[in-house]
Amino acid sequence: MTTADATATAPASSSEAQTSRDLRLESLTKAFGSFVAVKDLDLTVPRGSFFALLGPSGCGKTTTLRMVAGLEQPTQGQIYLGDDDITDLRPFKRPVNTVFQNYALFPHLTIFDNIAFGLRRRGQKDVDGKVNQMIDLVELGSQTNKKPAQLSGGQQQRVALARALINEPEVLLLDEPLGALDLKLRRQMQIELKRIQLDVGLTFVHVTHDQEEAMTMADTIAVMNGGVIEQMGPPSELYENPATTFVANFLGQSNLIRGEMASGKDGELVVDIHGSKIGVSRERSRVHDGAVWVGVRPEKVYISATGDEEESGDANSVVGGTITDTSFIGVSTQYLVKMPWGQELTVFEQNTGARKVFSPGTTVDLHWSRPHTFVLDANQDASAGVETVDDTP
Amino acid sequence: MSAITRPRRWLSDKLILLIGLLVLAYTFVPIAVVVLMSFNDPAARLTYQFDGFTLHNWANPCEPEGMCSALKVSIEIGLLATLGATILGTLMAFALVRHRFAGRSTTNLVIFLPMATPEIVMGSSLLALFVGTGFSGDLGFWTILIAHIMFCLSFVVVTVKARLTGLDSRLEQAAMDLYANEWQTFWRVTFPLVFPGILGAALLAFSLSFDDFIVTNLNAGNEVTFPMFVWGSAQREIPMQINVIGTSMFLIAVLIVLAATFGPRRRGARAAG
Amino acid sequence: MSTLQVAEELEEPEPTELEDERKGGRRYTGYVLIIPGLLWLAVFFLIPFYSLVATSLYDPAGTVFSGYEMTWEWSNYTTAITENWQPLVRSFVFGGLATIFCLLLGYPLAYAIAFKAGRWKNLMLVLVIAPFFTSFLIRTISWQLILADNGFVVDTLQTLHILGPDGRLLNTPIAVVTGLTYNFLPFMVLPLYASLERIDHRLIEAAGDLYASPIRGFAKVTLPLSMPGVVAGTLLTFIPAAGDFINAELLGRPSDSMIGNVIQQYFGGGNNYPDAAALSIVLMALILVMVIFYVRRAGTEDLV
Repeated sequence: MTTADATATAPASSSEAQTSRDLRLESLTKAFGSFVAVKDLDLTVPRGSFFALLGPSGCGKTTTLRMVAGLEQPTQGQIYLGDDDITDLRPFKRPVNTVFQNYALFPHLTIFDNIAFGLRRRGQKDVDGKVNQMIDLVELGSQTNKKPAQLSGGQQQRVALARALINEPEVLLLDEPLGALDLKLRRQMQIELKRIQLDVGLTFVHVTHDQEEAMTMADTIAVMNGGVIEQMGPPSELYENPATTFVANFLGQSNLIRGEMASGKDGELVVDIHGSKIGVSRERSRVHDGAVWVGVRPEKVYISATGDEEESGDANSVVGGTITDTSFIGVSTQYLVKMPWGQELTVFEQNTGARKVFSPGTTVDLHWSRPHTFVLDANQDASAGVETVDDTP
Repeated sequence: MSAITRPRRWLSDKLILLIGLLVLAYTFVPIAVVVLMSFNDPAARLTYQFDGFTLHNWANPCEPEGMCSALKVSIEIGLLATLGATILGTLMAFALVRHRFAGRSTTNLVIFLPMATPEIVMGSSLLALFVGTGFSGDLGFWTILIAHIMFCLSFVVVTVKARLTGLDSRLEQAAMDLYANEWQTFWRVTFPLVFPGILGAALLAFSLSFDDFIVTNLNAGNEVTFPMFVWGSAQREIPMQINVIGTSMFLIAVLIVLAATFGPRRRGARAAG
Repeated sequence: MSTLQVAEELEEPEPTELEDERKGGRRYTGYVLIIPGLLWLAVFFLIPFYSLVATSLYDPAGTVFSGYEMTWEWSNYTTAITENWQPLVRSFVFGGLATIFCLLLGYPLAYAIAFKAGRWKNLMLVLVIAPFFTSFLIRTISWQLILADNGFVVDTLQTLHILGPDGRLLNTPIAVVTGLTYNFLPFMVLPLYASLERIDHRLIEAAGDLYASPIRGFAKVTLPLSMPGVVAGTLLTFIPAAGDFINAELLGRPSDSMIGNVIQQYFGGGNNYPDAAALSIVLMALILVMVIFYVRRAGTEDLV
């Protein structure tokens, strides 16, 4: 059973007009025949926060979203809004709206009628006024009478958003809404969505497989894999202190080096990696003895030619590596360094221009400061979460 | 590319299109004859050829005895059969696409078979049923209607099913997400989107019913439909008004189809502009 | 395929309907919807077959008015076939020829609409179906005019010495097959078109990229992929064509009669219901064999 309580607090929202409640999932399970898509999920999304469900295809994130929307029935477990159990409510009875992955705009209705749809079904007054306001908000004033097929992808996406937002739901669910947009537009919309969320103060639950997108937009991220949540917390915490190899590899990149826990004074542990001694604080170690993975992010590593005096007391070092590849990436230079024990480590160095570029064949030492180290259980697969050529981008 | 091969490539590229258009033209030759003969002033009684031009046929369409009453019968049966077949067939299409039930393969086969059975066999078996159950004296309007609904059903199912499978079910999920209950979802989202298919199926059913001869003939008793009238007159003297009716039917149907295909587009463009 | 489509494929399975296992009522909706129509077909299509079989076993000595006696007259079948094997064979020959011609004429047309028509696609499809709207009988009667002895077509063919000076077209098997081909052409074109339309153009482009000439590309890629359409079209053309009698009646001589003519006669003036029923069953049985063969290979989902 995975227990992951929200550790983030919701940011102060500018409009408190909606009395929204926390969304809580309890022991939520969904099985399709023998295939279990979501296993025993426990999760609380505080009201007003921007929450991201992040994970690769098939991890169960969309299924979870659909259960919250009411489009799937859980096999087991409950869904609560505040103290109210909404598990058995039909979708049209829940104060929850969805922005679908393919937008699902009604092709036979105009943009205006699409956006007005939810309000009309609930018998609201002054539908026209509200719809026009919303159309202005998403800047589609000139397209009001067009049908969805006549709009571009980006415009359709805004209609889908408007159609959901206008109902001021307690929770807005977004199912990979930016997937079909090209890169520039996607970046733009990420900022837009975040701004809108802060403006209206609604709870957003955003499902995506794009880790950069999740880190950009969310207050809290839950990383899902195989139907369970591996880790949950603010983006910086997940990134800097991953709890599992999956999280370490799925968010950005990590170097994972096998080691043996040697000894430790109260707050400080020492790990033996192939002869070198690595210091790490107890809080940043998920296991405290036995075989471990020592992890450090490539951009935290400082590379120096063997022989140069660059030692500092607080640094961890591994020495005697040989550069096998140097790639110019624009913002940074990426080095692949083959260590004496055969493993190739990755180093990113920002191209500030202050230092020279090392060429392949150079013997180098790698250093990083102690607080940047994290230690994970060696029983976990070091390649979990790594994107290969066969994965979807 | 050399100058020699360019015209050759154009020709081979367009060749298929040309052949296709020729075949298409070939299908219209008899239609042209029908239109032509509607203006015919027949000289002799038993030969079927164009003798002289006249508007008489168009001016007196109901002149041949029994033709217009036969026409009336065909239209009545056509409308009723369309109604029956469209309703039953649409329900079946929804069941096939959107719901689960046991015996799918058998159902598919039972729906397919009427389309694959020769009319003579369908007609004779239905006649055998009516005779065997003691209704041989009651053959007429209602037995024809029963038969027509029967063989139109399958075509309605196929047509509506095709339209329905193309309908993204996520649209209905979106409607429910936006506070529409099952009824509202059906009437505001599903039905408007399936409707063109239902309409097409209805038109198809009507033309199948109106034009049917073999099955009708065997089960008509003393009733006479328009195709039966044509058949009867083919044994004797063919009144040219038959071609008037044929031409009219063709024109009406083409107008309907053209309106359905090109009408909505123009309306849409005007609204958006 | 776009990356989005690839992603969608790998996502968790999505049912096509909203799942609601807790509400039992929804489980029966399917049955409620399917049963009325299915019942109609069962009563007026399936059961009549039973009646037909029963009728085929009646004593042929009776009449419609005096009633028939059930005598398990299996000999009806043998008499029917021995007396009528010629029209039976002729039906399959004429039907077969008509189907082949429909394929030869219809394939280029379907191909042209699917690949070469561009924005005229819908219009051309309408034009394929349009002649349908004129009465089948009236159009066939028109062929009497077209193929008449002193008509344009016969004259031209005589001038070109394809036909002898006394040659005729009307009231010959040629006219019957021509009529059959004409009348059932749309039944071949539409399934062919549907099948061709589904072929991904990029496959043909890939063939060209891999050094296939247009003809080889067609033979190796397009033709095999269009096979479902060819089979469907063949079935939908051959079956009604073999059972037709109208073309034979209007465009042929009595010696050109097909099995349909015989059955029609037995039911009508001949008043010989048992023999007619036996013949119908023989015809249907032969056709069913073909359909079952097709279904075995292709399954039933694509039928409807």
